[in-house]
Amino acid sequence: MNGNIIELVDLTKKYGDFTAVDSLNLAVKKGEVFGLLGPNGAGKSTTILMLLGLTEPTSGSVRVCGIDPVTNPIEVKKRVGYLPEDVGFYFNLTGWENLMFTARLNSLSGKEAVAKVNSLIERVGLRDAAEKKTGQYSRGMIQRLGLAEVLLKSPEVIILDEPTLGIDPTGVVELLQLIVRLSREDGITVLFSSHYLHQVQQVCDRVGIFVDGRLIAEGNLKQLSGKLYEGAPYIIEAGVNFDGIDLKNTRPEEWLQEKLRGIEGFIAVKPGADSYNIECQTDLSAVISKTIVMAGAGLNYLNKKEYGLDEIYNRYFEGGRSNGRRH
Amino acid sequence: MRFTTVILKEEDQMDGGIEKTNKPEMDKKGKRNGFLSGFSGPAFYKADDRVLHPFSVIVQKEIADHVRSWRFLILLAIISLTCLGSMYTALTSIREAIKPNDPEGSFLFLKLFTVSDGILPSFVVFISFLGPLLGISLGFDSVNSEHNKGTLSRILSQPIHRDYILNAKFVAALIVISVMFFALGFLVMGFGLIAIGIPPTAGEFLRIVVFLIISIIYVAFWLNLSILFSVRFRQPATSALSGIAIWLFFSIFYGMIVDLIVKGMVPQGYATEGQIINFEIFRMNLNRLSPSQLFSDATTTLLMPSVRSLGPLSMIQVMGTIPGPLRLTQSLLLVWPQITGLVAGTIICFVLSYVSFMRKEIRSR
Repeated sequence: MNGNIIELVDLTKKYGDFTAVDSLNLAVKKGEVFGLLGPNGAGKSTTILMLLGLTEPTSGSVRVCGIDPVTNPIEVKKRVGYLPEDVGFYFNLTGWENLMFTARLNSLSGKEAVAKVNSLIERVGLRDAAEKKTGQYSRGMIQRLGLAEVLLKSPEVIILDEPTLGIDPTGVVELLQLIVRLSREDGITVLFSSHYLHQVQQVCDRVGIFVDGRLIAEGNLKQLSGKLYEGAPYIIEAGVNFDGIDLKNTRPEEWLQEKLRGIEGFIAVKPGADSYNIECQTDLSAVISKTIVMAGAGLNYLNKKEYGLDEIYNRYFEGGRSNGRRH
Repeated sequence: MRFTTVILKEEDQMDGGIEKTNKPEMDKKGKRNGFLSGFSGPAFYKADDRVLHPFSVIVQKEIADHVRSWRFLILLAIISLTCLGSMYTALTSIREAIKPNDPEGSFLFLKLFTVSDGILPSFVVFISFLGPLLGISLGFDSVNSEHNKGTLSRILSQPIHRDYILNAKFVAALIVISVMFFALGFLVMGFGLIAIGIPPTAGEFLRIVVFLIISIIYVAFWLNLSILFSVRFRQPATSALSGIAIWLFFSIFYGMIVDLIVKGMVPQGYATEGQIINFEIFRMNLNRLSPSQLFSDATTTLLMPSVRSLGPLSMIQVMGTIPGPLRLTQSLLLVWPQITGLVAGTIICFVLSYVSFMRKEIRSR
């Protein structure tokens, strides 16, 4: 198993002429929180279905916990908890009854089932609602019940398909914190699919970006931005105070450009919202700050600019589009 | 009027029982004492040491869902009314139904199920008409509603085989139907016993049991047909409508269509005996494509022991026979093709829905 709990090799799924997943290679390590990021229809859900053996791959191989879900789906389903997108419960039964049903499907004895269901209901904070019919639950409560259900079988891996869809912002934060806490406490590997960048950024150790059935990049934020902006300029954001300086009718950025020109590795200055983006080849922040101060201007702050997931995502997404494989 | 009051009392008890099943859930604060005492919902809620087979867990849940649903209560009410109505007609006209030298005179008890006063249909006719409705309404939303509720992908991600869901749905509905039919059949027998005062013979009892089993198979056919539609169609309304359309087609239009086809083929006045017999057989075989025809053939033969052939008989065959009832085994032999046909139809529908369900890709909602 070489430490990878999920391994996909050249995985392909075709529906007629349409290729939903295109020779996907992916490995997820044990205990990791991995985010599958991509627009709607990128093949995230299809990949998840193949992981669980709910649909068969056209070609390629899948290994989950070292087991092939195509030939042995039951063993995989014993180890993997799956929270489908837009999950539903039997609304004529209470939350407690719904969980009991699942618990008994997982071959727990009556006593174990009751103990486990009660403790999980407590853990996801649904104790007061346990005796209410799930028809009266809010979307956020349903998702939390779904999470409790996923944990019923004491899984090694949990797969969450768009778990935050349709929940209000506070609900999202709570749910994400719950997921991370559960994963850290129990050492569970989490595979998390979403098209909301910020959520993925908040909780995931590593991210895979999915466009049109292909994984076009994977890694943590730093690696992703490194890969993407290889060769691109290094940007330092500077807040400069020009009080008491004679700009001689030039614009401030031109003045800055003039002062910084002599530094080796300096490229250009571009005006930002209320700061200036200084592009350079390497990290020149020490020299730049010194130069600005020596020139008589006030330096409010100097900030190395890091790329957020949105920028990375947009950049990759544009890349995916430009390959002309839109459907 | 004695029997009507008894039936009402019986129904009161049924209602009471159903109310009781709902009560324990109202118990607050997570203590489920209600579930541990008396009847109380499916056994899988109990905190015992048993590990239940997942299949039986699904069956239990499905049965509980059926029994607690309004749909089932309404159907139960309709079928109970049917029993009452047909009992009433049978009891008022049973006196005229017995003629001297009737070979069926010794099967008085069976007449409870077949006799009618010409205004209200008999029990058998009622069942052949309402059975499909029962089957369709218990099955038409079995798979697609799970899908629409978003529960199907959740259940399928549990460690169970995919066919458990379909099989459990079928088995649960079949159990519900069987219990209901046997209860109603035995109730009719009981009231008949009280009203006419003549106990059934062992033979009559067995015939009634076989009749009930055939009725269950007949309803199972419609059940499987509607399960098939529930796998094929995403909207429960569409699948219910398709089921009802087929039911109406066979109960109203099919007979007309057969008449239309047959009319042009009626043998002329000088046709030979062989031609006439062949024509009759052709007409009957066309009719027998309809499941309700198979059912009524089978049940009338079983409940009227004097029926000795379902097809035309030539004079030579009839000559010298003494009118007399057949034995149960002989009657069964006579309707064996009909029973086989019904079972085969049921299995074909089941296999079709099984194949299409196993191949289906289950996405969330």
